[in-house]
Amino acid sequence: MQLLHEPSPQQIKDQKIYAEMGLTDEEFSLVESILGRLPNYTETGLFSVMWSEHCSYKNSKVLLKKFPTSGEKVLQGPGEGAGIIDIGDEQAVVFKIESHNHPSAIEPYQGAATGVGGIIRDVFSMGARPVAMLNSLRFGELQNPRVKYLFEEVVAGIAGYGNCIGIPTVGGEVQFDPCYEGNPLVNAMCVGLIDHKDIQKGQAKGVGNSVIYVGASTGRDGIHGATFASEELSEASEAKRPAVQVGDPFMEKLLMEACLEAVKNDALVGIQDMGAAGLTSSSAEMASKAGSGIEMDLDKVPQREKGMTPYEMMLSESQERMLLVVEAGREQEMIELFEKWGLMAVIVGRVTDDKKLRLVHKGDVVADVPVDALAEEAPVYHKPSSEPAYFREFQEKKDYRPAVEDFSRTLKGLLGQPTIASKEWVYDQYDYMVRTNTVVAPGSDAAVLRIRETDKALAMTTDCNSRYLYLDPYNGGKIAIAEAARNLVCSGAKPLGVTDCLNYGSPENPEIFWQLERSTDGLSEACEQLETPVIGGNVSLYNERSGAAVYPTPVIGMVGLIEQTEHITTQRFKKPGDLIYIVGEAGNDFGGSELQKMKEGSIFGHSPKIDMAVEKDRQEKVLEAIQGGTVASAHDMAEGGFLVALAESLFGTELGAEVKLTGDDVLAECFAETQSRYILTVSKEQQSRFENYIPEAVCIGEVTDEAQLKVLDSNGKPILQEQTVELEDIWRGAIPCLVKSKD
Amino acid sequence: MKFAVIVFPGSNCDIDMYHAVKDELGAEVSYVWHHETSLEGFDGILLPGGFSYGDYLRSGAIARFSPIMDAVIKAAEEGKPVLGVCNGFQVLLEAGLLPGAMRRNENLKFICRSVELVVENNETIFSEGYKKDEEIKIPVAHGEGNYYCDPVTLEALTENNQIVFKYKENINGSVERIAGIVNKEGNVLGMMPHPERAVDELLGSKDGLTLFKSILSHWRERNAITS
Repeated sequence: MQLLHEPSPQQIKDQKIYAEMGLTDEEFSLVESILGRLPNYTETGLFSVMWSEHCSYKNSKVLLKKFPTSGEKVLQGPGEGAGIIDIGDEQAVVFKIESHNHPSAIEPYQGAATGVGGIIRDVFSMGARPVAMLNSLRFGELQNPRVKYLFEEVVAGIAGYGNCIGIPTVGGEVQFDPCYEGNPLVNAMCVGLIDHKDIQKGQAKGVGNSVIYVGASTGRDGIHGATFASEELSEASEAKRPAVQVGDPFMEKLLMEACLEAVKNDALVGIQDMGAAGLTSSSAEMASKAGSGIEMDLDKVPQREKGMTPYEMMLSESQERMLLVVEAGREQEMIELFEKWGLMAVIVGRVTDDKKLRLVHKGDVVADVPVDALAEEAPVYHKPSSEPAYFREFQEKKDYRPAVEDFSRTLKGLLGQPTIASKEWVYDQYDYMVRTNTVVAPGSDAAVLRIRETDKALAMTTDCNSRYLYLDPYNGGKIAIAEAARNLVCSGAKPLGVTDCLNYGSPENPEIFWQLERSTDGLSEACEQLETPVIGGNVSLYNERSGAAVYPTPVIGMVGLIEQTEHITTQRFKKPGDLIYIVGEAGNDFGGSELQKMKEGSIFGHSPKIDMAVEKDRQEKVLEAIQGGTVASAHDMAEGGFLVALAESLFGTELGAEVKLTGDDVLAECFAETQSRYILTVSKEQQSRFENYIPEAVCIGEVTDEAQLKVLDSNGKPILQEQTVELEDIWRGAIPCLVKSKD
Repeated sequence: MKFAVIVFPGSNCDIDMYHAVKDELGAEVSYVWHHETSLEGFDGILLPGGFSYGDYLRSGAIARFSPIMDAVIKAAEEGKPVLGVCNGFQVLLEAGLLPGAMRRNENLKFICRSVELVVENNETIFSEGYKKDEEIKIPVAHGEGNYYCDPVTLEALTENNQIVFKYKENINGSVERIAGIVNKEGNVLGMMPHPERAVDELLGSKDGLTLFKSILSHWRERNAITS
């Protein structure tokens, strides 16, 4: 009898066993006062996972409140598996992003794979058919062999899961900076489509209704995963490898198809995925949201291993499991539906009216706690915050300006930086075409998927330049939102809403908390101004390894609607003779730039500034010009500045470009990372119509049929002339070359 | 002409195959669940891509034991056109309807991209719409598409003109750059590239549609003669 080995309530208190599970002294006292008695071992476990940062957002809640979360098109904001936005015709788009950083740092293949699996379940638990995956990855520098290993395995894990389940991985971003060396970031986003009538909620309504467990059986994997995710990584983390779950995409494919069939059956009352904190969070949250209680008989829970204790079953994070609430008397219909897919569906409990989560094991009540206490009443902290010394120092510096003599060499250098270089090596491993809706594949500003049986399409992107956020979290936060929206606009879409994944260091550190505070201010304001509400997301704190935190990295996932497929636009130049326009003037913005990193080996100084009114105005004009049919290609200027964006627009074509700069500051025009700027091409027939849409656009040259890039300064003096193929080889070759190199 | 799209647990290109036939080819098509045992009434059999049974053990190794496979073999013996794409090709190999086997891609990684194929044999019911040596653009998406057969089999394949498609560049290590082969009788085609992903200009290529059109027009001709 394993139970006998569990510490008694008194021992848990006296020996502070709760502290090993992640509860503080104060939190344990609070549990004691809520229950009016000491919790037993299982109950202590329930509170510790539900009150972890991962599940309760206890350290970030005060900041998340700032986000605008409503809007006339928002059908579901934060709080359910995923947010939902109306796209007309009784259809809606469902999306969410989530982190799987800590598991991926320890066991990269499975960590990344189960990150994908988890976010897919969040989307189909809403009743939506997942149609696309995106991701956002951060690693240390690829020269490091451990980083190479993490990079290769994370990509393989994402590919392994996504390809097998048959959901296309259509987009994402990968960046490399030393701050992520010990703590990579692996964020996965899933986008789904749903008819309004099929929208589900994770609620345990109706006293007497049955609680049904479906999917894989419960094993001892992933126990305390949520707690593990809520502490810093260290050498000792290796010992927590068992806290990493193992994924089975085939099982999830069956589970997904079965659940999508189940949501069409009105016997289904509620459905939720068993994600972080597994059976505990799904049951407690479903009951709490419905104002009900749940009683479960743990002997009925399908178990993969012998002799599992209630504690282990409740805290297991075994993958590919869902919890359903089904109308009493109609359980058999549901069980048969799952049997068709070869899946287990087992009645494990029922809905009660006493707002308690009561667990029975071998005839004994082994836990009896209020569901609201678990799901809603975690303590909320407002941690102290203080402006970091580095920030003050950076603010006092005068603007950084690199010295560049050879523009060709500098451009080539930038194109070979892994953050800028082609990510083909990565997305070549993802099936981005399955289900045949992908109109714009990875490699343009945003991915685009058509919506079958309509003339509409969805554009989607993930984005975050964390260097700007490190230099200036407030400004950088605004830029992150603006750039994601700009990517969508370039593809011809109107941005609809945001899902965010806030990856930061430890909130116990006041300087990190300050980063969180300032960046969420920036994010909130930008969302407000661009009218893109935050409909859900995830917070991942404690991204530190041996005391060194990652840059503040709030990854923005954004989805936009393209009204007509003929509006779909890509960054590639289309035909010789088209006119090349730029929108937006360059300034001396080199702080946090790719060029600064390349030349100095680090970043410092001021981040680029952003004026949200200008940003919004340009986005609207560019979108109108695209919708008016006047734009042949559109690309925003991001990392590396104008010349990099210009070169990228040529890659994958057999075209060239000849441009003449217009200002006096050639350096800034070529490489500065000034915000709110675009490169657009326009056919000569559309020139006058286009200029009516965007009067401030400046024509700087033409697309040519000779595959070379030629740049003249404002006096007509050549500053750069290169064959496109030579530039493209550097850009395509950089990552494969780094991955293959042995030192 | 009525097509069947066989659905194994883990098939995930079934929907693509279905839409290619229904929306772009304009023929009749139904899904057939792997538990079924008959394909009576169907004139063409399509085995889609995906990861049947999670591709556990070996790609296609479990699917070949599905109840529907006896009916697939029977249809092949009756001379009905049977097309296996990607995982479907792997299933046909495992079922012994086509010779050879698949190994992991030479670079040991999954490869997804649009590739150029060369039409080696345009005298099959699947490829008569193409020109001989025509270069066509069709996407691949596989981790185990490295086709292997022994020299004797290769000689037979070449002699009988069974190699229908070759990769223009050898992307995965396949023997003789083989991308698709037919059986001796010419009515069973297995290919790793996905013609059903290349049927709509909006998604980049329509080169795959010709293959489906070939099957249909051949069937129409034959039916016109016999009826």
